[in-house]
Amino acid sequence: MDILISGLLLGGTYVLIAMGLNLQYGVARIMNLANGEMIVLGALASFWVFTTASVSPIFTVVLIFPVALLGNWLVYRYLLIPLVRRAKNQGQLEVDSILATFGMSFILVGIVVSINGEYFTYSFLASPFEVLGSTVALNRLVAFVFAVVIALVLYLWLNRSRAGMAVRAVSVNSASARLVGINVEKVSALAFAIGGAVTAVAGVLISTFITLDASVGVMFTMKALIIVIMGGVGDIRGAIIAALILGLVETAVATLIDPGLTLAAAYLIFLLVLLFRPQGLFGKPQT
Amino acid sequence: MIKARMIKTNPTFSVRKLVRQLGSAVLIAGLAFTAQAADTIKIGAVAPKTGPLAGGATVTQWPNVQLWVEEVNARGGLKLKDGQRMIELIEYDDKTNPGEHIKAVQRLATQDKVDFIIAPYGTGFNVAAAPIYAKYGYPQIAVSAITDKMDELTARYPGLFFTLGTTTSFVNGVKDILVDMRESGKIGNKVAMVNVADAFGIELAEAARPIFTDAGFELVYDNSYPLGTPDLSPIIKGAKDAAPDAFVAWSYPPDTFGLTEQAIIEDLDVGAYYTAVATCFPAFAGKFGSKIDGVLGAGGVNPDTDKMKDYFAKHKEITGKDADGWASANTYVSMQILEQAIEGVGEVDREKVTQYIKDNAFDTIMGEISFENQVSNKFWTVGQWQDGVYRGVASSNMEGAAEIKQKSGWN
Repeated sequence: MDILISGLLLGGTYVLIAMGLNLQYGVARIMNLANGEMIVLGALASFWVFTTASVSPIFTVVLIFPVALLGNWLVYRYLLIPLVRRAKNQGQLEVDSILATFGMSFILVGIVVSINGEYFTYSFLASPFEVLGSTVALNRLVAFVFAVVIALVLYLWLNRSRAGMAVRAVSVNSASARLVGINVEKVSALAFAIGGAVTAVAGVLISTFITLDASVGVMFTMKALIIVIMGGVGDIRGAIIAALILGLVETAVATLIDPGLTLAAAYLIFLLVLLFRPQGLFGKPQT
Repeated sequence: MIKARMIKTNPTFSVRKLVRQLGSAVLIAGLAFTAQAADTIKIGAVAPKTGPLAGGATVTQWPNVQLWVEEVNARGGLKLKDGQRMIELIEYDDKTNPGEHIKAVQRLATQDKVDFIIAPYGTGFNVAAAPIYAKYGYPQIAVSAITDKMDELTARYPGLFFTLGTTTSFVNGVKDILVDMRESGKIGNKVAMVNVADAFGIELAEAARPIFTDAGFELVYDNSYPLGTPDLSPIIKGAKDAAPDAFVAWSYPPDTFGLTEQAIIEDLDVGAYYTAVATCFPAFAGKFGSKIDGVLGAGGVNPDTDKMKDYFAKHKEITGKDADGWASANTYVSMQILEQAIEGVGEVDREKVTQYIKDNAFDTIMGEISFENQVSNKFWTVGQWQDGVYRGVASSNMEGAAEIKQKSGWN
């Protein structure tokens, strides 16, 4: 039971980390290597307002969403659109965007270091909470609830709204989406912006229970990449399932076998998925 | 004004800055000033500003470099035979990458032509970079470096000095405290031990296993976890299930915070709770407040001496943040030693300065420090949070160790 609950909570954390990248890569086709830095920025914002003005991270979540939305939209509009326009095919855009966002990640690290190079650590809701007889940290539970809510809202938006349908259309085939009158650039910018905003919110929530610093972003990027590729590019359900599997397996291995093998177990699953379902759990084979 | 000019923080813009400085200096003060500005003593500093160790270096290493340089320059510079010389500081980020570190030292030696270099941050870096410091003949007064290979290393590198103790002395510090507490009936002999799966954690855990077992302790839980593990609750749950009397974690900063938070949540009730690096950080108390009363950690300090009080106050005043309760002071001491050695020799001669460090005792904020076979035997090994102050409780040849308190709950 302990394993199940701790594993689900960790999976929830991974859902938060990967959902934004899933949108950005699945729809806008931007393999955003600065994903982790967006998490760090969210964490820094949360740490900063918490320690200076005692603002609750829950409130920071509400505050940071529009800010990050605008910020990411500007990044797409002014930094990435030129790459999109000159790319002759999807492959070229992916390579270009990897290089561009890789560079961006260094700039962001530099900015964060210049603001605060120390550890962002504070205590928020760090109290025990009983769930079905198992003790969990309240802040992790809150983050999990947020992950569920965000995933649900995104899922409904993508599958029930007109805008969501356009986003899915671009994700499936951007050339054909253009033919039916969808403004692909606009939809991609929207998806990129929402993805970035979700990631920044994830950063705020994660900072309540993980100690981050300016340089830790790349670790989150790696995890997010694994989850997105495991789940299948551009499918929000895939990312969620993959994140939960990863969380459960890591916790089970840490509890039953050896905490030292969690990373190995995570990469083993990743390897198995790549071997037997290279398109990801929910991905469609490339045609 | 002069002070600000002397500190170069960004090497990329240094040439332009220098030209501008020289230009304005000529305009404002005439030729006399340029002659003086050129007559500086150049000090290099290479340590992480980014990468996994940057968070620690930002607390322990960089602020002390800043503090020392500003203090010396405020006094008018280092006193040499031919007059006083201001310090010109050149900083590089090694990105927590030994290769980058070595490149930066090479650049400092061959292009910037610095006179001295402040030793690296981190055990791995001090060991990995020792050959390059030796090649250019820079004395390397290592602080944040804990290893059992000191004899071998100092024999090979005549300019390498150690000041923070060996792995074994570190583990023995913890063992002695646990033995004391067991003998006075405060704890039993069941120990849960975890370590970060990294050179530092592995070396300490390997040294600790025989030392703890020989002292009659039973290791009821003994596991490692990868650096950056996002959820440490399985480890604390596992340790708790083993019902230990003491919990010892050879941990790095993010996990020191993470393990302690989980220990509070799981209410890991042990008579002795020890986490290694960063336990002494001001941020540790900032995060946990009074809950961590009685927590033991790596290293320590005697905060009650006048010199240490002065140092803490100055650190806060000049860098804007608090020093940590351990290696901050040692880091500053290493620069005091360098300063006194340079002034003692009276000229920029690295070989003579190295010899001077070997032959003399130095008056520092931690008392008199001298080297025996290039190793200083005055250092703190264990400290404890007591009523909001981090105090040294076990040491090698340091005075003023505080009484150990038994940990009772997390309130």
